Amino acid sequence: MIRKFIKGFTSHIFLIFMSFLSLFPFLWLISTALKGTNENIFEYPPYFIPKQLTFDNFIGVWHKIPFLLYFLNSFIVAAFTVILNLILSSLAAYPLARMNFKGKNLIFTLILVTIMIPFQAIMLPIYLIILKLHLSDAYGITMGYLGLILPFAVNAFGIFLMRQAFLSVPKEMEEAAFIDGCSVFNIWRTILLPMTSPTLAVLAIFTFIGSWGEFLWPSIVLTNKNLYTLPVGVNDLQGMFSANWRYIAAGSIISIIPIIIFFICMQKYFISGQNEGAVKG
Amino acid sequence: MNTFYKKYIPYLFLLPAAVMLTVFFFIPFFQTVILSLKDFSSDIYNPVFVGFDNYKILLHSKEFYEVLFNTFLFLIMAVPTLTIIPLIVAIFINQKIKGITIYKLLIYLPVIVSIVVVAIAFKWMYAQEGILNYVLELFNFKPIGWLTDTQFAMLSVALVTIYKGIGYYMMIYLSALIGVPKDLYEASETDGANEFYKHLNVTIPHIMPTIFLVVTISSISALKVFAEIYVMTKGGPLNSTKTIVYYIYEKAFENLDLSYSSAASVILLIVILIFSVINITFFENKRYKL
Repeated sequence: MIRKFIKGFTSHIFLIFMSFLSLFPFLWLISTALKGTNENIFEYPPYFIPKQLTFDNFIGVWHKIPFLLYFLNSFIVAAFTVILNLILSSLAAYPLARMNFKGKNLIFTLILVTIMIPFQAIMLPIYLIILKLHLSDAYGITMGYLGLILPFAVNAFGIFLMRQAFLSVPKEMEEAAFIDGCSVFNIWRTILLPMTSPTLAVLAIFTFIGSWGEFLWPSIVLTNKNLYTLPVGVNDLQGMFSANWRYIAAGSIISIIPIIIFFICMQKYFISGQNEGAVKG
Repeated sequence: MNTFYKKYIPYLFLLPAAVMLTVFFFIPFFQTVILSLKDFSSDIYNPVFVGFDNYKILLHSKEFYEVLFNTFLFLIMAVPTLTIIPLIVAIFINQKIKGITIYKLLIYLPVIVSIVVVAIAFKWMYAQEGILNYVLELFNFKPIGWLTDTQFAMLSVALVTIYKGIGYYMMIYLSALIGVPKDLYEASETDGANEFYKHLNVTIPHIMPTIFLVVTISSISALKVFAEIYVMTKGGPLNSTKTIVYYIYEKAFENLDLSYSSAASVILLIVILIFSVINITFFENKRYKL
């Protein structure tokens, strides 16, 4: 009994400590952002509760940085990336799960190869291709968005994830539908997709998170500030307010509010332990 | 099952994905290899084919050796830590105690927040008169230049990566821990083993494949580290945090030195390919079998 109590107690202490470490960088940003201009944010010893609590830094940075525009850009890019991934992955996964055709082995292997080659190693030619196809913000807003979206329109993880999901759907359903005169496309659309909607949701959520947080690619292709996504806009804070850590902190906190709301609403998808394969490394 | 579809149907389904993968994957892949065999330095529009010269020069340059060393150093710092700490956290989380969901959510939180914000938060804590130096002083250590001292900069960058990765690998371990049979623990308990030995003798051997999986995927992502460095140090001070992806980025997009950038890309590609092949053949073979 006592042993069990001690075990529970140490577990809580340890987990509270880890949770605190996890939260601390954000709490410290919030604390800094709430400190007034007359406070020394470098004071020794540092203190947590602002002496002159103020929201001025949040208001100030909000007026100087078009956060809503960055939110919108991030959202448009992430939403279309998700839609394209869902459609392209589940289309490609269907024949790989269910049909026999010439070259299936080869195609399967080629898709597998794409998992092994990192984006970072081929980004230079991708950039050159994007320029050649005029998919950059120099050719207008739509082209700018497409340049951010299309390189990530499909990835092999999604295809394999959907293939696995399709494999678990009983074949008899498709056969019955076919006898009823249903076309292959309609079988895919009206039977397979609804049956695998939990997997589609997992794919959608993790693609969304990946696209929302993407930093390297947008910082390479974007030249027009009106197309900045949140990570690029937030990184820009550093250059704009070089020494004003109150503003940088306030801006950083504002920028993470949407994703935190999303995280809380979708929490079961992140912490259920069923989806480890869906996340990109 | 009799085929109920026409012969061309499978290809039709595969076509959209195939087009995207060809344009944004296979073509760039071959182009990387081709670019690495050409010299752009005299005329960027009319490169000359030089065979493996770029590789020879690259492998004889001091800077590239530094870059490889830094990448390896970062890997050595990040991978063992990201293999061990998340496992310990996962073992603690994998109990039936109150508040587990809250703990899980809080520990997972850094995974979903943009790396740019995490890096900014750490940069602020790493400030010369920042909170971490204060903590050091509390324990009677001298303040250090977290991001300005060549001795510590790489460690400071790695700490950010580790901080952001713990929740992610914890979830991978958790799904493995659920599969460890409960009666093995009971047997170990009746033998009088304490908590530590229980996990050493039962948990660890049972989830060995997952541990290796974490080693390989955290190695792959360590080799690809970029954003932390870009936001916090830009490869400095004195190149001490310049890793291979940052080098590729800098050569290609800041120095317009396409040859060395591509040659370094091919080297990165080969190293990651090795890790991926190990990963797919040994640890994830179920998912990727036809």
